[in-house]
Amino acid sequence: MTITLAHYLVVGALLFALGLVTVSTRRNAVGVLMGVELILNGANVNFVAFERFGNGLVGGHVFALFVIVLAAAEAAVGLAIVLALFQTSKSIDVRQADLLRE
Amino acid sequence: MTRRLVAWAAASLLVVLFVIAVAAVAIAPAMDGAAAPRPGQGGFAAGAFYALAAVTLGGAAFVALARNILYSAVGLLASLLGAGALYVLLSADFVAIVQLLVYVGGVMVLVLFAVMLTNKITEVNVSNRSFGLFGGLLLFVAMAPVLVAVALLAPWRARPPGPMEPTTAAIGDALLTRWLLPFEVASLVLLATLVGAVVIARKELKAD
Repeated sequence: MTITLAHYLVVGALLFALGLVTVSTRRNAVGVLMGVELILNGANVNFVAFERFGNGLVGGHVFALFVIVLAAAEAAVGLAIVLALFQTSKSIDVRQADLLRE
Repeated sequence: MTRRLVAWAAASLLVVLFVIAVAAVAIAPAMDGAAAPRPGQGGFAAGAFYALAAVTLGGAAFVALARNILYSAVGLLASLLGAGALYVLLSADFVAIVQLLVYVGGVMVLVLFAVMLTNKITEVNVSNRSFGLFGGLLLFVAMAPVLVAVALLAPWRARPPGPMEPTTAAIGDALLTRWLLPFEVASLVLLATLVGAVVIARKELKAD
């Protein structure tokens, strides 16, 4: 039983799908950010798998590293925004975050 | 009490799985030398892949489905650990370590801080009528088969993978030669993030 490229791609695809479901169904802002992390991880699995079964250099690894860096930055800023939102409206329900609409 | 026991058992199982994967895939072939079977070919590697994929996807499903946001965070932890172990199976040792350091060590702590600092800990997802569990399930059913079919049916020109080699030196070379500009831009992004997160999250200072 050999593990091929398709196995890893299926894992990445399912991670992406579950992350998208999380993003679209959560009403808790922190939960939405968790879904984004899942999506980025699915993409990362694909990058590394393509590099492993492609030309075997490190390009995919470097791309995955940049994705990790940006995900960390996104998490920091996103959670800061969540905290600021909580300070203003005493809730992190994303459906109540419509201050700019009124 | 039993719940706590189950949680501890699950956590220790995760750690043991990770250690076994690292030991079997990365360390044992290096110590056995040429006598070791080619990684990625043996039955053990296949078993490890399925176990780790199950941990990763199970954690992700837990993130998507758990009512309590704190349980979601634990599921995210499992998912990130599983993905890191999959990187080890893919001979990406440096990416796996960075995943452990940045995600499990940094992002997860940030997420847990945010969960604890905002007092609506219990998820409000229960009465979500507009786009709730049904909508999410619909989205999953609509999208996952397409992606999986693409992954399985597309004629990828995959080559058989070579032997596993350390990648850290090659990544260092690549970051300072070919990807030097993105590397510097990433450092600027991190600086902007550092300042921006502090500016956004601090309490409002009264203008005088």
